[in-house]
Amino acid sequence: MTTTSRVAQTAPPAEPNSPASAAGTVRSRSRIDPTYYWMVVPVLALFAFFITLPALVGVFFSLTNYAGYGDWKFIGLMNYVNIFKDPAVLQSYIFTFVFALTTTVVVNIVALAIALGLNAKIKWRTGIRTVFFIPMVLSALIVSFVFNYLFSNTLPVLAERFGVTPLATSILANENLAWLAIVLVTVWQAAPGATIIYLAGLQSVPSEVYEAADLDGAGSFRQFLSLTLPLIMGYLVINVILGFKGFLGTYEIIVGLTGGGPGMATQSVAMRIFSGFTGGDYSYQMANAVIYFLITLLISVIQLRLIQRRGVSL
Amino acid sequence: MTASTLAAPKQRTADAPVRGHRRSNREGFKINWWLTALMLAASLTVLLPLYFTVAMALKSPDQIGTGTGLAWPNPMNWENFAAAYVATNFPRAFMSTAFVTVLSVLGSLASSSLVAYAIARNWNHRFFRGSFVYLLSAMFIPFPVIILPLIKQTALLGLDNPAGVVFLHVLGGISFNTLLYIAFVRSIPVELEESARMDGATTWQVFRKIIFPLLAPMNATVGIFAFLGSWNDFLLPQMLIADPALQTLPVVQMLFQGEFNTNYSLAFASYLMAMAPTLVVYILAQRWVLSGVMRGAVK
Repeated sequence: MTTTSRVAQTAPPAEPNSPASAAGTVRSRSRIDPTYYWMVVPVLALFAFFITLPALVGVFFSLTNYAGYGDWKFIGLMNYVNIFKDPAVLQSYIFTFVFALTTTVVVNIVALAIALGLNAKIKWRTGIRTVFFIPMVLSALIVSFVFNYLFSNTLPVLAERFGVTPLATSILANENLAWLAIVLVTVWQAAPGATIIYLAGLQSVPSEVYEAADLDGAGSFRQFLSLTLPLIMGYLVINVILGFKGFLGTYEIIVGLTGGGPGMATQSVAMRIFSGFTGGDYSYQMANAVIYFLITLLISVIQLRLIQRRGVSL
Repeated sequence: MTASTLAAPKQRTADAPVRGHRRSNREGFKINWWLTALMLAASLTVLLPLYFTVAMALKSPDQIGTGTGLAWPNPMNWENFAAAYVATNFPRAFMSTAFVTVLSVLGSLASSSLVAYAIARNWNHRFFRGSFVYLLSAMFIPFPVIILPLIKQTALLGLDNPAGVVFLHVLGGISFNTLLYIAFVRSIPVELEESARMDGATTWQVFRKIIFPLLAPMNATVGIFAFLGSWNDFLLPQMLIADPALQTLPVVQMLFQGEFNTNYSLAFASYLMAMAPTLVVYILAQRWVLSGVMRGAVK
């Protein structure tokens, strides 16, 4: 905000030069200063070496029987064929997608509620806002360790005291409930980021719109449904896309809470792939990684299509 | 009423819209007390786990016993911090984390602003537009896909240490950061630099003296994201750094999951010490941090 105005202030003195500068831009269009290449090429080279090359090496090894050490030979698409027959891999995909979908929904509901609250006329707004954004600056792993104790010690003791027997044992040790604990901590950790985007959205809504609605006698719930929500739909789409993608790759919170257990009930795809480094099934997990990449790519393409369609309809 | 008029200018600098401010004045600022109470209650979901962490860190193992852990300890056990300091070799882990974080922030600021400037100013040239698309493509590559080959590659190069983590933090964030910068560079009129060029400034000088200072708000945004991402990262240090003595603070906390797993007071003291730096910085500079993050959100 401040910079743009500063730019605007300093712009006029440059104006007398504008005919010359126009000529300058025309010239630079045909012949580019080599300095610009120096600005980009080293970064591109490092990027290719550290990001693109490992990806290609990974695809290559997914076609071999490399165990992570020793000899290897090409085995074609055998790894891929085996993955489709592997119930453990299928289980990790199911867990990851159910988890990511649930978390996306809950995070967005919670974040939108917090953003609406922070945007309303409440007292001590600055202080309350400060508190709500604290989780954003904390390490997800350490937060999960703290919650780990709360779930496995504090909650059972409290449950016993109040006679809620189903919760008297740690939910982290329960095959059917452990994933809910992971959802909860992820929501705790991810809600502030989404809230910020919603706050930006809410503040982009002109107040005249609400004044008109007030005059028409619309209640606040009605205003939210038929005014606020449609007007911030773009921000909701961004949150859903960013969130879902992030939650698919979830790792630290699971490590801190369940370590993938009990059994393999909460093992995400990312965790399975990482296990390839120590588990001796390097090439197999690389094939898994390639499949994972293709799935996320497909999702990205679908999401981009949806955004573009929205863009047209707006 | 006085409280609200005091609070209003503060909010405006951070993020509250001027329009909303005007509107509330016209209608009279009527505080919604029910909502305030609700929000205060909801903020307990954040405060309680933090309170719990502090309470646990100040307990002796006896005080933890078999209770809920929610009670405040009496007397408080400050020795836990000293013990955790020694057990985790805190100074070394702290220095390692600080090394990775500082270099990642500087690297991110320098590399993505340069790349964004070069690309934005040569947008109609195929090479630069191609570079942009190439860098952006990384946003579609999930991290698990490259990690296994990457571990081997960094080990071969002798980069299985904090320096290797710095490279990957910078390169991993470059797509997003460049995206943020490009939009900003485009809003800077070319005329500004052309007049400097008339006076004989080279492209480097133009960037350093004119463009980079003007990018200040975006530098703050990119810097905050890089700082938080780097300081709190667990995955990359855990996977890449081979020597346990060079591990970063989040990874060091894994220690309490194994050999010490019964000594919770020590563990929580250590957690608190690892969380404190970002927490303190955030609380001291919260308005600045939030406006920086907000700028990233609007883009």
